[in-house]
Amino acid sequence: MSVEVKNDRDLIKTADKAVDMYHAKKEELIPILMKVNQDLGYIPKVVMAHISSRLNIPQSHINSVASFYHMFFTKQTGRHVIKMCESAPCHVSGGREVFNTLKENLGISPGETTKDDKWTFITTSCLGVCAVAPVMMVDEDIYGNLTPEQIPDILAKYE
Amino acid sequence: MNAIKSLDDLKKIREQAIEKRKATANSGGVQVIVGMGTCGIAAGARETMKAVLDFIEENTVKNVVVTQTGCIGICEQEPILQVATSENEKTTYGKVSPEIAAKIMKSHVLGGKVYEDHRIQI
Amino acid sequence: MAYFRSHILVCNDPECLEKGSMEILDLLKKEITKQGLEDEVQVLDTPRIGACAQGPEIMVYPEGHHYIQLEKNNIPFLVEEQFLKGRPVTKWFAPEIPEGAQELREPTTKEVRVVLRNCGKIDPENIEEYIAEDGYQALAQVLTDSNPDEVIQIVKDSGLRGRGGAGFPTGVKWGFTHDAIGDQKYVVCNADEGDPGAFMNRAVLEGDPHSVVEGMIIAAYAIGASQGYIYCRAEYPIAVKTVKIAINQAKNYGLIGEKIFGSEFSFDLEVRQGAGAFVCGEETALIASIEGRRGEPRPRPPFPAVSGLFGKPTNINNVESYANIPQIILRGPEWFAGMGTEKSKGTKTFALAGDVNKTGLIEVPFGITLREIIFDIGGGIKNGRKYKAIQTGGPMGGCLPEQYLDLPVDYEKLTEAGSIMGSGGMVVMDDETCMVDIARFFLEFIQDESCGKCVPCRVGTKRMLEILTRICNGEGKDGDIELLENLCMEIREDSLCGLGKGAPNPVVSTLRFFRDEYEAHIYNKECPAKVCRALINYEIDPEKCVGCTLCARNCPVEAISGERKETHVIDPDICIRCGICKQVCNYEAVLVT
Repeated sequence: MSVEVKNDRDLIKTADKAVDMYHAKKEELIPILMKVNQDLGYIPKVVMAHISSRLNIPQSHINSVASFYHMFFTKQTGRHVIKMCESAPCHVSGGREVFNTLKENLGISPGETTKDDKWTFITTSCLGVCAVAPVMMVDEDIYGNLTPEQIPDILAKYE
Repeated sequence: MNAIKSLDDLKKIREQAIEKRKATANSGGVQVIVGMGTCGIAAGARETMKAVLDFIEENTVKNVVVTQTGCIGICEQEPILQVATSENEKTTYGKVSPEIAAKIMKSHVLGGKVYEDHRIQI
Repeated sequence: MAYFRSHILVCNDPECLEKGSMEILDLLKKEITKQGLEDEVQVLDTPRIGACAQGPEIMVYPEGHHYIQLEKNNIPFLVEEQFLKGRPVTKWFAPEIPEGAQELREPTTKEVRVVLRNCGKIDPENIEEYIAEDGYQALAQVLTDSNPDEVIQIVKDSGLRGRGGAGFPTGVKWGFTHDAIGDQKYVVCNADEGDPGAFMNRAVLEGDPHSVVEGMIIAAYAIGASQGYIYCRAEYPIAVKTVKIAINQAKNYGLIGEKIFGSEFSFDLEVRQGAGAFVCGEETALIASIEGRRGEPRPRPPFPAVSGLFGKPTNINNVESYANIPQIILRGPEWFAGMGTEKSKGTKTFALAGDVNKTGLIEVPFGITLREIIFDIGGGIKNGRKYKAIQTGGPMGGCLPEQYLDLPVDYEKLTEAGSIMGSGGMVVMDDETCMVDIARFFLEFIQDESCGKCVPCRVGTKRMLEILTRICNGEGKDGDIELLENLCMEIREDSLCGLGKGAPNPVVSTLRFFRDEYEAHIYNKECPAKVCRALINYEIDPEKCVGCTLCARNCPVEAISGERKETHVIDPDICIRCGICKQVCNYEAVLVT
């Protein structure tokens, strides 16, 4: 996920690309927001305003949808997003220890981004691979059977 | 691909698919199947698949087909690799790391001998 | 479709196969045809009739006649007597089990794979492999031989109940949507499997997506829908990709599109993704999400069958419900109804997770006990520890302790015990689990996922979470338990949707069976399972410590001091109870007290 600062014109271009991909249909708002989220790492306010005018939906509605769903970010994230599953099966299978190790290694709590903008750390609901718990995702990569010892090596893989 | 317009069309495709399967099995060829459901991938199946493909390339192994399958259901054994040498002979291996995959390829696929250490019953 | 007056089911379990059951099947078919009965009597193979030791065995429905130890030369006489003359050959019947010995007929621990039959066997990205396994035959049969009413009747007769958790009879639901008035109808597949610990649907979508697609097309034909949606959670990107490939392949073969199989029926199917909201597994919230809105449930009636997606009649079923349909059509509803218990027919997939040795997916007929699932199929508790509880049905399910191990699993029995079937997640917990922490844990999840629309859920769960957090932090007060019990009752009664109504379940069940743990936390400031950080201390056993310094070197807050080869000491004021020292110690010298 990129943190290069984009100017408003580029952001609006990204918004247009997403809206056009779904033929500017109102009911496709969620896939449109998902596309923007994927391309930019989050959904900036200026993008929400533009989508609102293109789809003819009040901006408050766009904001309410964007803030409802966990996978949408409304603030810029770090270069890499770590999603640690904190659901019960992961929790009882050693997830607690892995979570604590992650917290110590990153130096941040869930919901925060490191000062160097490298990592955003969040907890996520069940990823559906409970049989190889504990599990976490770093960007699109999924890691299972985690132990605290593996954490430093996994983190070291990412720039 | 022609559209299926009747039960007969469907039956024809079914028979062709079964024939194709038999032919692959009886050709003396080997099928290597890697479980690539999300649980497999979380356990490292992508690296296992890469190790299998690398082995085939480095050793110029012929007559082997590599395919993927979904979640078998014995997730705590992932990554899972299966070697099928004929229609009814399928050996399943569990916890197949890239290193173990290379050993299985050498022992079973090339050498015809089951790699007992990681074999599992399903 | 021809309506058969009788079905013969021939057991195909390995033991029966070895005894020649398939030859018996062929002979039966030949004899039936010879007697001109092929339109009246259907012969099928099936797993698990149950008496393989006396095989080959067959079952005749609807009479329920169970024949064992059949030999090839018995067949002509059997067919003539039973099916032409209506005289069952009782000398070949399985012996009657006396009343008191009924428990001997408990289901075996063998799995029966119906929904999971192709998972792990075929390449899910190759439609021809699905077709080779009789894929799309059910659809062909239905479109060429049956009308929608007949299809609905078959599903009703099978006894299939919605596998998403509510357990509503699927055929009845299809009937409602069929009868509803609307110029446009929809079929929707709920693939928003958000229950932590449940991943059965993911496995089916990734391993055998066509079974779901075929089931949906059949449903659409039965209810009169021309458009379908598979709503899949975005946390399953591989499942989404695999299903999209399957749909494209089905379209290329004309199995989705205009005039399918040369009939007048046309149908289109799309995938829609969620965006990370557990509540969207609730059908009205799911509908809102497809419509591009916040996933907030709404009161029912009207039910989706009457007014659903875009205000039109909509049939919503779970992945597993649809995946069962092709097999029910091909093998007949009696085959399906022949498995399970009186009110819960067929098989169910379960996802075993937690402190059990063999985590993964299983599919078993209803009626199997929890003990068989956890110990026979699941291989028992990990690391030789003791069983404490199992949570069934996801975060709104109850936790069942040891005394329920012999509970036969079906919809009614689980509800009576204070839990729910849910979608099939089963989280096994060992004796190192703190049940108060678990209740707090689930409530945290539910609080996070509450859509916020109704006060009992939004505020009630928040207050419960506050109380539980205090208790786990050693700040529990006299009166907390009673307050929790009160809140549970009110939230259950007054919440708008299933999420809110079910939210108190983990708290209610843990209070019921593990009240002593709550009391220890509140009155003794103790966590018996040694889990709650505020109530435990990490200490080093001087008898076992060899002074290797490994723990000190790994401690993130430098709470451990000690010289090489001398006993180390943990400063309790600095220690954050992260547990890393215990993890790394090779001498088991770190104790939790």
